[in-house]
Amino acid sequence: MAHAATAGRVPERGLDVYTQKVGMWVFLCSEVMFFAGLIGSYVVLRFGAADTWAEPGDVLNVPVTAFNTFLLICSSVTMVKAFAAAQEGDQRGIKLYLLLTTLLGATFLGVQVYEYIELVLHKSWQGSHGFTPAAGLYGATFFTMTGFHGFHVLLGVICLAWATIRAWRGHWGADNTHGIEVLGLYWHFVDLVWIILFTIVYLI
Amino acid sequence: MATIVAEATGQAILHEEHEQSFLRKYIFSTDHKVIAIQFLIYTLFFLMIGGLLAMLMRYQIAWPARGELPLGGIFPESMVASGYILPEFYNALVTMHGSVMVFLAIMPMLVGVWANYLIPLQLGTHDMAFPRLNMLSFWAMVPAGILTLASFFVVGGAAGAGWTLYAPLSARPDLTGVGLGQIMWLAALVFIGLSSILGSVNYITTTINMRAPGMTWMRMPLTIWSLFITAILALLAMPVLSAAGIMLIFDQTIGTSFFLPEGGGQPLLWQHLFWFFGHPEVYILILPAMGFTSEILSVGSRKPVFGYKAMVLALVSIAFLGFIVWGHHMFQSGMNPMLGLTFTVSTLFIAVPSAIKTFNWMGTMWRGNLQLHSAMLFAIGFVAMFAIGGLSGVFMASTPVDIYIHDTYFIVAHIHYVLFGGSLFALFGAIYFWYPKMFGRMMDETMGKIHFWLTFILFNVVFFPMHGVGMVGMMRRIYDSTGYAHLQGIEDTNALISWAAFGLFASGFLFAFNFFWSLKKGRKAEANPWNATTLEWQTPSPPKHGNWEEIPVVYHGPHEYSHPDVEDKDWLAQNERPDVVSPAAGSH
Repeated sequence: MAHAATAGRVPERGLDVYTQKVGMWVFLCSEVMFFAGLIGSYVVLRFGAADTWAEPGDVLNVPVTAFNTFLLICSSVTMVKAFAAAQEGDQRGIKLYLLLTTLLGATFLGVQVYEYIELVLHKSWQGSHGFTPAAGLYGATFFTMTGFHGFHVLLGVICLAWATIRAWRGHWGADNTHGIEVLGLYWHFVDLVWIILFTIVYLI
Repeated sequence: MATIVAEATGQAILHEEHEQSFLRKYIFSTDHKVIAIQFLIYTLFFLMIGGLLAMLMRYQIAWPARGELPLGGIFPESMVASGYILPEFYNALVTMHGSVMVFLAIMPMLVGVWANYLIPLQLGTHDMAFPRLNMLSFWAMVPAGILTLASFFVVGGAAGAGWTLYAPLSARPDLTGVGLGQIMWLAALVFIGLSSILGSVNYITTTINMRAPGMTWMRMPLTIWSLFITAILALLAMPVLSAAGIMLIFDQTIGTSFFLPEGGGQPLLWQHLFWFFGHPEVYILILPAMGFTSEILSVGSRKPVFGYKAMVLALVSIAFLGFIVWGHHMFQSGMNPMLGLTFTVSTLFIAVPSAIKTFNWMGTMWRGNLQLHSAMLFAIGFVAMFAIGGLSGVFMASTPVDIYIHDTYFIVAHIHYVLFGGSLFALFGAIYFWYPKMFGRMMDETMGKIHFWLTFILFNVVFFPMHGVGMVGMMRRIYDSTGYAHLQGIEDTNALISWAAFGLFASGFLFAFNFFWSLKKGRKAEANPWNATTLEWQTPSPPKHGNWEEIPVVYHGPHEYSHPDVEDKDWLAQNERPDVVSPAAGSH
């Protein structure tokens, strides 16, 4: 009998991965689809009306954003260092690298806010003063995509700040690394999305 | 593995009964069973609201020139003027009936109620992977419901561009006269998306990682399989709708023009995004119903599900195909006909796994020892109605036929055969079936059977003639059909449909009465009133906080009925040790 052949055998349950990590991967799948919706729309709209896009660099300040991209990539490195420090139980390292990651993320947001203010107040495009979400499809897609990415960075910075405060209370250690690892997954995802957005929005 | 078991036992100690305040226990509860019951009350309420909107529509369709709407005086002048339903209000009725039923009634009832209730119980675990996220997924539905109800009473009324929200109709307030109502509805949609995604993360993670020892993938009940696959669909489809909905809100509020052609945007993009979500949504709305049906038919026939593996593979392939067929909603949108052809082909493929499931249900019942209780009647009703709805779907999948019947009542008949005759029949069955586990009492069988026969007969009187009305050419959202030459002579049919619809709505109150009456007066239910095999029946009714004294160990597949090796009874629970139950099986 089919049931008798397997009866009594009790295989292991689940994956050999802790639940929070599985949950974060699953959540990131839905995030991929969210950004895929935005990026897909961008591609369709841009190829449907190519002439309403400015040349790269005419409106957007590419060097400043390139520097910002560099900051975000650095923050991914410090995030990895924070996790490595946690695995070794290096309390000083945990505090240092979580704080650095938080500050780099916050700086990224600060530069983005500066960039938005500059665009809205001082740039002109297609004859209208100020580059805003209402400035054609170019403005609409630019602000929607970078804005939602910025919102994700903001959420990440809030969580990182919370993790940093906990680090000062000695919460993390070699026996407690899950929170940092899961937060790291999210942070690397946000970083990865930015690299794609920087390429398609600013460079091409 | 040893550590996982140790963790589970540690959890058991945490879950031991401790005094909780009323607020923590019933309102802001993290217990999956309480959250499921909250969802159930919420969705039954919105099921009634959605039905009420449909009744108003039916009055208008049957007697457009009469006025004299009963109780018309209680509506504001902006909706009903001197007994006449105003055209703008009718648009809102059409839109909100569809939206409320899909997003606030059927979808959360299929997933929010039953995934929450059944996944931890049928998999043999204490609770969801993330109980607090689970609580949040219910509370995100509350602002969605409030926004939806409130939108009827703002200036301009509720959204009126149809539940599909096609742009530019939905993107420009001056076209429908609806401004704020449309924005509120989109905001509600974002909350629903959030709820759905949080829920899905929970369901998927719990299913992957928290199954009881011995609960292999191929020992999972088909209900769990269907809810798991549904959660994947929701996880991947809802964010796309959220993204699209947010872009539409921007079009209305901050002057973007994603979907407005005068600003360079593309109305067709909205349709692609909406249906990229919308077609998986169709399967989100039917796959759990298929799971419940498989389960109830197997229990009610005292036989294993016919072709368990084929059922699982059919679920998986329907889910996969569901992502590549969205264009079949858009044959009339002006997209490339070659693209339409590919969508026709991929759509027709779905008939194959659907037919596999239908034949397997019949195979399950074939020569079974049928127990025709209310739950079983609704499950059989589901199979019959789903077959009709599925067959009319084949008509639409074929482009030339669809061009003729597009946007007529034929479509309305089809969607109701699958969504009402399909999903809602299975949901009624599921409520009759799992009610004793939820509340520890049985629902009244006599009332249940009357409810079934009323629903079954009236449902068919309402929706079958709509096929004909649609083929004559009656448009699906028409306010007053009497002015069209080609629609002369269908007034009597429309009146008949409306009378039957009122009866159908009324029969819902019999169900509601049975539901609430049985809470107090129903016969006490033992732990396993249906002699069923799955794990939820092997714990008291209702289960305690934490579900299990000790995590069960699973030794068998999910539907071991009338097993030849078991002599004293016709079922073998998943957690029964083979050597205890029967010497024959234990010797292996």
